[in-house]
Amino acid sequence: MGKNMLKKENRIFKNLYNEFGWDIENSLKRDDWKDTKNLINKGREWIINEVKTSELRGRGGAGFSTGLKWSFAPKKVGSRPHYLVINADESEPGTCKDRDILRFEPQKLIEGCLIAGYTVNAHVCYIYIRGEYLNEGKRLQEAIDQAYAKNFLGKNACGSGWEFDIHIHYGAGAYICGEETALLESIEGNKGQPRLKPPFPALVGLYGCPTIVNNVETIAVVPTILRRGGKWFASIGRPKNTGTKIFCISGNVNAPCNVEEEMGIPLKDLIEKHAGGVVGGWDNLQAVIPGGSSMPLLPKKVCDTLTMDFDSLIENKSGLGTAGVVVINKDQDIVECMARIARFYKHESCGQCTPCREGSGWMWRILDRVVKRKATFSDIDLLSDVTKQIEGHTICAFGEGSAWPVQGLLRHFRKEVESRCREEPLIKKKLNNPYLIDQHLLENKNA
Amino acid sequence: MSVKKVHDNQPKEFKFSNENLKKVEEILKRYPETNKKSAVMPLLYLAQRQNDNWIPLAAMKYIANYLAMPYISVYEVATFYTMYNLAPVGKHFIQVCTTTPCLLRGADKIVKLCKENISPNENEISKKGNCSWMEVECLGACVSAPMVQINDDYYEDLDEKSTKEILTSLINNKPLKPGSYRGRKNTSPEKILISNGEKHA
Repeated sequence: MGKNMLKKENRIFKNLYNEFGWDIENSLKRDDWKDTKNLINKGREWIINEVKTSELRGRGGAGFSTGLKWSFAPKKVGSRPHYLVINADESEPGTCKDRDILRFEPQKLIEGCLIAGYTVNAHVCYIYIRGEYLNEGKRLQEAIDQAYAKNFLGKNACGSGWEFDIHIHYGAGAYICGEETALLESIEGNKGQPRLKPPFPALVGLYGCPTIVNNVETIAVVPTILRRGGKWFASIGRPKNTGTKIFCISGNVNAPCNVEEEMGIPLKDLIEKHAGGVVGGWDNLQAVIPGGSSMPLLPKKVCDTLTMDFDSLIENKSGLGTAGVVVINKDQDIVECMARIARFYKHESCGQCTPCREGSGWMWRILDRVVKRKATFSDIDLLSDVTKQIEGHTICAFGEGSAWPVQGLLRHFRKEVESRCREEPLIKKKLNNPYLIDQHLLENKNA
Repeated sequence: MSVKKVHDNQPKEFKFSNENLKKVEEILKRYPETNKKSAVMPLLYLAQRQNDNWIPLAAMKYIANYLAMPYISVYEVATFYTMYNLAPVGKHFIQVCTTTPCLLRGADKIVKLCKENISPNENEISKKGNCSWMEVECLGACVSAPMVQINDDYYEDLDEKSTKEILTSLINNKPLKPGSYRGRKNTSPEKILISNGEKHA
């Protein structure tokens, strides 16, 4: 065990692999719902302060301070009710941590919902689960029913005097609904297209009411933080990057897995001690996408010494995102991998902003040409230009999410890209197709 | 953005069954009375289940009427979200995740097997059995890659051999069980010994 490994007693999600049973009786044995009433009775200010002390940052990708977010909710309820919305629309390629919380640790989430709901003055909570997680949603509903049966939810939830209800709302296969305002649009019964901010959801959110949107993992760690103290959580990891985090290690590793680890664990330890090492050994590593597909990839020489937390990854021009670690070894064509990610973004762009709708297609088509060795050197500059035109010119962060991986590829693997390109042909073949048309539609009826 | 085509042969009428009407009442209770529109997504799911896993235009009109919202708004929602099928799919509907984490572990082989065993093209109902398949984007089970979703269930940790077995079982209308096909417990690292061998339901 290395110095940075998480101690067993500090693990929050003890049932991550369902070794001990997910149902409420077993959850109670793991200290869920212990003293919840007393925690709530300590008051909103105490809860927010404790969460601020813990330095908990949102686990959904942006890493915003949770305590601060909660303090944005209006202190008093005005004419409009407050809402709590949980983002369980886990769709970022490389990420599958919330799924395990939903199916194996649902009571942690439900208890967290009650505490968060009380703190932000919400009586109603919607949990937005991606449509594909139908079975996980059913499991969560069972767990919610069990909590109701024990009077942990409903009128006078858990004896706290607070009325609290939880409803599940299923998405239907749109990645963009993981963006908080698109998610709210989706609950309201519209297509999921993000809203302009400001106003922020904390003031004008669901049905125009103050709404706090949090990720599943963020909410699920709150009860443990309150029970063990914000200082305990802050003692794990390093300042501003505290606590434990569920890492999803996928791709070319010997034993892909989800694992809860200390924030700031060296990437090499994470891969070698938990995921059985890179297929073909560490020297066979080509690149790692450290935080879900939206985060720029990092080449091996950076990975050698990289530690996994928000700030250290920003220093390396990437990001922790959702902590979905995708390992790519040297047996893979790195350009093809990134072209596939570009295709993902092209498919998932909601179509609202022109730079993203059109640009995501451009990026994919150019990368596809590179993979097929039909691109020219000038295409590389064009590609780089397109990413700059998207970044910062869209309503939501999807623009950055689609442009950054391509920028990362050009930053670290420009030689690889160039080696697949050729000079501009002297005699150009005349194409009948207008340039803007989706080339793939011509080849494939179903695309 | 994805292109979704509406089916050519549309039934003239659609109505919720009595059983589903009761479910609709339950669904409407979840949302504020003034925001009935919120129920459009769950209602579209209900319609899809009732109508052999696809949504006809008549159902959209019916739901629009039921929720007192414009038909175009329902149409907008039904065409925006990829999980609403607007044309018939097989009784066994196979969705193959092909995004990068699955691709790295051989999702292209699974696509190839689907082409060979089910139908050469996506969204085409197989000659033998009642199956159809399509490529989809990340299904959120990346550490269990490669994987496919068949109707509601995830089949994980696949390889060519197990995929072939699963596809054959579907063609013969005797689907195999979902879950991991490497015999591991959920998302745990494989070499670690697990004391409690209970299977994930």
